Amino acid sequence: MATLYRAAPPDSLIVVPVDLLTAIYHRASGQTHLMASPAPEILEALAEAPLDAAALLGKLRAAYDLGDADLAALTARLDELVETGLVERR
Amino acid sequence: MRHVFSVAIGPVGFRVGSDWRGPVAALERLYASYPKPQDGIADFTVRLFADRPWRRFFRPKVMIGGDFVLPEAAPLSLEHGLLAAEMAMNLQMALGQRRYLLLHASAVERDGKALVMTGLSGAGKSTLAALLMTRGWRLMGDEFALLDPETGLIHAFPRLISLKNEAIAVMEAAATGGAFGPLLAETPKGAIRHLVPDTRSVAAMLEPARPALILFPTFGHDAATREVAPSEVFVRLTQASTNYVALAERGFTALTRLVAETPARAIDYPDTESAIAQVEALWASL
Repeated sequence: MATLYRAAPPDSLIVVPVDLLTAIYHRASGQTHLMASPAPEILEALAEAPLDAAALLGKLRAAYDLGDADLAALTARLDELVETGLVERR
Repeated sequence: MRHVFSVAIGPVGFRVGSDWRGPVAALERLYASYPKPQDGIADFTVRLFADRPWRRFFRPKVMIGGDFVLPEAAPLSLEHGLLAAEMAMNLQMALGQRRYLLLHASAVERDGKALVMTGLSGAGKSTLAALLMTRGWRLMGDEFALLDPETGLIHAFPRLISLKNEAIAVMEAAATGGAFGPLLAETPKGAIRHLVPDTRSVAAMLEPARPALILFPTFGHDAATREVAPSEVFVRLTQASTNYVALAERGFTALTRLVAETPARAIDYPDTESAIAQVEALWASL
């Protein structure tokens, strides 16, 4: 079965757009993250329910013009978010 | 402690205890125009003590301490006792301040609005603030600007202005009639001389101001000005804050608000006169 990814609950994050970047305060860790797209969009897409990478890519494709985005690139971004603690694997 | 001195600097009260009379006498003279802490209660206690008891009399070395300590804080010679007291007061602020987001920045005020200047050590933020003080601006502080997370206002912390090396002669010429401390030669930071903020800056030290411009000065290049993106300002100010992490969510909210509401510029300047002209031009264009 494919790995499911889940974002930190929305009420655990303060998300503030700062020009081209997004500042995110993670209440659970007390850490501040300054992120570029597509990280904030991924967090938003994973906020409602856990998804696997393929389903997440489909959801993002429906909402954004993703150009040449592929599953490998998205998985790499997800792995980075898992390292920050903002996304967890299930 | 045998000798005790207390003072209010902006909204912060200090109590300094010392094994020696000398540093306390210097503080009493230089902070003579400052009020005492409200209700006599100090927010921070600073101690200057002999690193070994007999050293109080023989080859004295000053150790600094207080509510918060850095284990590697080096002892200073007694001639530098005033510097030790100032460093210890700064240390207590940097490590212990919880009410305000502490920005390692100088700040001056005009027309009720604050100009906040930050940058690496040696960028000239302290000298520029001191020079602007002699040209009609109110000095809010040469080392720390206090951002109130509740209101977004900058509060003043006008401690003694710490002039280093070349800045000493610059300010001796610019602040004629100013009250200076003794010249402290060969300190770990080079030559240091303290300048007392002018009467107006001390009298108005409890008046906060709305931040109107954040400036990142850099000395040593041809005059140039560039805009700084809010995201870069945000990163630089998290690095310039000594208590950002400790303030947690309040710090994040205060800083993102400051960055969203306040324009920021970086200036390169070849000499202090150019810098003053650049500041005045930027201020006029706001």
